[in-house]
Amino acid sequence: MSEIVAKAPQGHIEVRNFSLSYDSIEGPVQAVTETQIHVKPGEFVSIVGPSGCGKSTLLNAVAGFLKPTTGIVTVDGEKVNGPSAERGMVFQQYSLFPWKTVRENVEFGLKMRGMPRSQRERAARTLLGLAGLEAFEKHYPEKLSGGMKQRVGIVRALATGPKVLLLDEPFGALDAQTRVIMQQILTNMWQRLKISVLFVTHDIDEAIFLSDRVYCMTARPGSIKAEIPIPLERPRQQSMMMSSEFLALRRGLMSLIREESIKAMGGEITDLGMQGLNIQLHGASLADVI
Amino acid sequence: MPAADAIGEAGPVPATPPATSPAFGTLALRWYRLNRGGLRATAIGIISLIVFLLAWHLLTTYRVVFFVRFTNVPSPLAVYASFTKAIHDPKFLLHVLLSCRRIFFGFSLAAIVAVPLGLIMGRFKLVHEIIFPVAEVLRPIPAIAWVPMAIMLWPTNEQSIVYITFLGSFFPILVNTLHGMSLVDPVLVRAAQCLGARERSIFRDVYFPASLPHIFTGLTVGMGVAWVSLIAAEMISGQYGIGYFTWEAYSLVQYADIALGMIAIGVLGLGSSMLIRGAGQLVMPWRLK
Ligand SMILES: Nc1ncnc2c1ncn2[C@@H]1O[C@H](COP(=O)(O)OP(=O)(O)OP(=O)(O)O)[C@@H](O)[C@H]1O
Ligand SMILES: [Mg+2]
Repeated sequence: MSEIVAKAPQGHIEVRNFSLSYDSIEGPVQAVTETQIHVKPGEFVSIVGPSGCGKSTLLNAVAGFLKPTTGIVTVDGEKVNGPSAERGMVFQQYSLFPWKTVRENVEFGLKMRGMPRSQRERAARTLLGLAGLEAFEKHYPEKLSGGMKQRVGIVRALATGPKVLLLDEPFGALDAQTRVIMQQILTNMWQRLKISVLFVTHDIDEAIFLSDRVYCMTARPGSIKAEIPIPLERPRQQSMMMSSEFLALRRGLMSLIREESIKAMGGEITDLGMQGLNIQLHGASLADVI
Repeated sequence: MPAADAIGEAGPVPATPPATSPAFGTLALRWYRLNRGGLRATAIGIISLIVFLLAWHLLTTYRVVFFVRFTNVPSPLAVYASFTKAIHDPKFLLHVLLSCRRIFFGFSLAAIVAVPLGLIMGRFKLVHEIIFPVAEVLRPIPAIAWVPMAIMLWPTNEQSIVYITFLGSFFPILVNTLHGMSLVDPVLVRAAQCLGARERSIFRDVYFPASLPHIFTGLTVGMGVAWVSLIAAEMISGQYGIGYFTWEAYSLVQYADIALGMIAIGVLGLGSSMLIRGAGQLVMPWRLK
């Protein structure tokens, strides 16, 4: 499996003076402004922020699907100019090719690189073994559970040995138990492959549990509101989520996000909309309550 | 989101089949339970066919006249008799064979042109913009309306009939292929791009397989329309073919042969749709339930 493991520490992501606006009938929609982020080689960095703040926009720009309106995205000093196998991506909707078996999905990137069949079959099997999926190599994705699909998605993205791995709410559609297992699997793979990871999530616990550093974004137009180092030691255990250190980090991030989420929802909130948030307005305005 | 299944999340623990083979009785019972739905449908289907034949038999033997006149309608037994005669008649077999050949050429040509054209139109906007307006104008014209024009266009009768068949199946195939292309999930395209896929492989490994289910819908519909167009063309301008046979039977007052021709058309149409369905299952194994 030597052909899969990254060689020297690589995968330094830099996003400088970044802004991006979408065109719409009412004029440009500023999705992200004035953003600087970076991911050091081998670092695990998460982005959290309220819904619609531009997390996916930022990640898609790093992937090369979107061009920044201003600013620049570089990986190892090279400007990002479109999608490439150097930057693997995992999507929330799994996005496995339904017409390919699990193994063919994993092999796809290697095939694109021109690797001979027998070699890429072996590589795919090894990787599937790491994710505990070798028994399912001949299955079509439709037959798999959500957790298994996303494991295949991760393995597929890692197969080509990318410098960085980008994940956009990859576990958002999974139930809580499956999500915890997936976090462990992702951590294991990340540590083995020594790859840089940029991880978008709206789950604060997940961000803290996984990351070396967390960026918290402001409401739209999104920019970086805070950068929080996560000094928790590794390997991390599930039990750490009860530690006072973890809880303190959680409280801090939670209040940052809540501020922004409320801004993001603005004046649209009615009594009805607040039920889920467990805040009672009793006729008072939102600003009065906070 | 269904809950993750137990096998999946605990790692690879394939279900182990029972070591001893169960008794035949148990197996038969299990098979019956698994296939109960299918058996029921088959049984009811057979019964309903028998009822249909029986009604046909009664209506014709008693020559019922009740708005609809069954006076001259052949009975099932008469049709069966003409069937046993026809299968030994080389002329009848030639009619069937020629119709099948026309379908084969007309339909295959339509598929060979319409599928790639639809794929290319779906992928390249300019091609779509050039071809789509012309296609939209020609599409509503029924293939039968093309008969006089086809006779003028093509040197032989045979060619004009194949052309009509081609036209009948062409548009359903094109339209469904285009529809399939427009529904391709852009996230899958992105996924392929960041695995290093270039235009060619995105086309071959994403757009094409993603459109296949709709292409096969188009082929099935196209096959149906191909038969409709063929029979009409044969009745108007043919000298051979099952459509001509049916029309000729009417002119010659051989009523049993009319029904025989109709049934033959039905069976051939059903057979060709089944062929396409089978091909679809072969080409799209991921869609097998
Ligand atoms: N193609 C587009 N055209 C116009 N506006 C868009 C487009 N895509 C996204 N936006 C807007 O840009 C903003 C940022 O979108 P983005 O998807 O990046 O947010 P997000 O943080 O990923 O949200 P979520 O948490 O819901 O996934 C949103 O307000 C969205 O409405
Ligand atoms: Mg998003």
